[in-house]
Amino acid sequence: MSDDAKTLDVWVAGTEEPDLAPTDEGAQEISVDESGRRLDEQFGRVVDDDYVFDDEADEDERMILNMGPQHPSTHGVLRLQIELEGEIIRRTKPIIGYLHTGMEKTGEQLNFSQGGTNVTRMDYLAPLHNELAYSLAVERLLGIEVPPRAAAIRVLLTELNRCSSHLVALATNGMDIGAISMMIYGFREREQILAFFEKTTGLRMNHNFIRPGGVAADLPPGWKDDVAAIIEELPRRLGQYDDLLENNPIWLARTKGVGVISAEEATAYGITGPTLRSTGVDWDLRKAFPYSGIERYEFEVPVGEHGDVYDRYRIRVEEIKQSLSIVEQVMDTIPKGDYRVDDRKVTPPPRARIDESMEALIHHFKLFTEGYKVPAGETYVAVESPRGELGCYLVSDGEAQPYRMHTRAPSFSNLQALPIAMADSLMADTVATIASLDPVMGDVDR
Amino acid sequence: MTDETGVVETEEAAEIPERPLPDNEVLRALFGQFEDVGWEDSLGQDVARVPNERWREFASAARDAGFEVCVDVTAVDWMRHRPDRFEVVANLLSMQHRLRLRMITTAPRQEPTVASLVPVWPGVNFPEREAYDMFGIVFDGHPDLTRILMPDEWDGHPLRKDFGVGLVPVQFKESHKVV
Repeated sequence: MSDDAKTLDVWVAGTEEPDLAPTDEGAQEISVDESGRRLDEQFGRVVDDDYVFDDEADEDERMILNMGPQHPSTHGVLRLQIELEGEIIRRTKPIIGYLHTGMEKTGEQLNFSQGGTNVTRMDYLAPLHNELAYSLAVERLLGIEVPPRAAAIRVLLTELNRCSSHLVALATNGMDIGAISMMIYGFREREQILAFFEKTTGLRMNHNFIRPGGVAADLPPGWKDDVAAIIEELPRRLGQYDDLLENNPIWLARTKGVGVISAEEATAYGITGPTLRSTGVDWDLRKAFPYSGIERYEFEVPVGEHGDVYDRYRIRVEEIKQSLSIVEQVMDTIPKGDYRVDDRKVTPPPRARIDESMEALIHHFKLFTEGYKVPAGETYVAVESPRGELGCYLVSDGEAQPYRMHTRAPSFSNLQALPIAMADSLMADTVATIASLDPVMGDVDR
Repeated sequence: MTDETGVVETEEAAEIPERPLPDNEVLRALFGQFEDVGWEDSLGQDVARVPNERWREFASAARDAGFEVCVDVTAVDWMRHRPDRFEVVANLLSMQHRLRLRMITTAPRQEPTVASLVPVWPGVNFPEREAYDMFGIVFDGHPDLTRILMPDEWDGHPLRKDFGVGLVPVQFKESHKVV
């Protein structure tokens, strides 16, 4: 050991411990000023903003910032071109298309019974709503009506899907603002619903369960227990979310008055769903143009007031409660009967019949090789998806494939609210605003 | 729509009794203003067949009649079926009357153009860009008519019926092959 090493102030095992007295170096100076103003600043009750609104700023003082498409808080592959003036966003341009997979073109190649596998992959958080809109459109062209049990199963599943989709919205909204535990909770509760979906449809997502003519299968044995467990569990969990967020000053400060959209702007820009209702417009397609027998069930439409991030979050929580109430009513009143329409030209025959009946075998073969032909015509059918008006514009020229299959995606139109909601707001509020619109990029780009 | 033309045209429409009009009062008043706009019942839904040159005029009249939302604009390519190749479709929604109306117009095979509805409803910005991107329909007066879903340098318009399926070389995997 050299002499230099000996002089170092290091303790070597087996030797006597050196006296390493603590120094003040690097320590923070404790403020002796305990005046009310100073304390308020330290507790965050008073905030001195370092930004100034300057409407006459030069063009040169603006900066273009690209956010995304790989940004984790853009909910997929959304890219935003943000024109900044200091910390303030002046203009925003959403740039989309990174997830475009040509599903409308694909829809023209698949026949009507295969179309469900395609549309279910659009809005992957609410696949059953996509299937429902598509199936209702095909059924309208065919002129068939599904049996009451099929309609009730559809309502049951889509309303549960609304809960699971809103839970993800709450979870990601929380995570983006910094309430990380909210993310874990939201996904945990969603898992329970997805487990029920898996038991019922065979898949957690992309079910292709709601098909033209009814649903793919009857509800599994013991479904009432599973649904009852969800109905019992979820409200308790929602109460816990309220405990976590409702009195949380950070949550309130970051959501109240942030990302405000007015009712006039929302209607002019074709914005629907919770984002429209948060502005105070009482508009829900389930009430206005009821589909699949949903008018038989009692529920309320929660409406906001200010059109800010907080109202959108609150509406989602309330909508989960209303959806659970619908699910409970469906469970109590579900009619008996067939789960798909008794039209062998549209629905495949039961498996047992194929072995006994030549006719059933032929129908089965024809249905799965060329599908069924749909009379020429065009129609537009919309359902209330968790994000808003999800429409399906279907044109048939009398063949077995749709001539044109267009989906009116709610996220696509709702994204137009982003430049309005973010104009003249702070950069830090960007992720809160995006999350509150709850865009699903699979739905936007299709 | 000025009042004078509205009155005059309603009188003219009354002289031709065979022209079908919808039952709904709001729609009847709206269609009464336009002599050359045809009304159709498409499986229980109201459809307005609008001439191309009156597209925006009819749209603003519809907005004034209470259709405050235009939920969607899209197009259909009738390549081998019709001489006017493209149909442009706009789905309107009236929240106050709980009513839907579908506006359909045609656009010619060469340089399909139709007036943009952005001055009437700013929310059709994205849908019109999508229709331009997918069908090559030019929306006259649109503030930012650029591709929205496809890459900017893309050739052709994918949802046209003559845009083949599976003819695009795959980019990263053995890209010399046409899949």
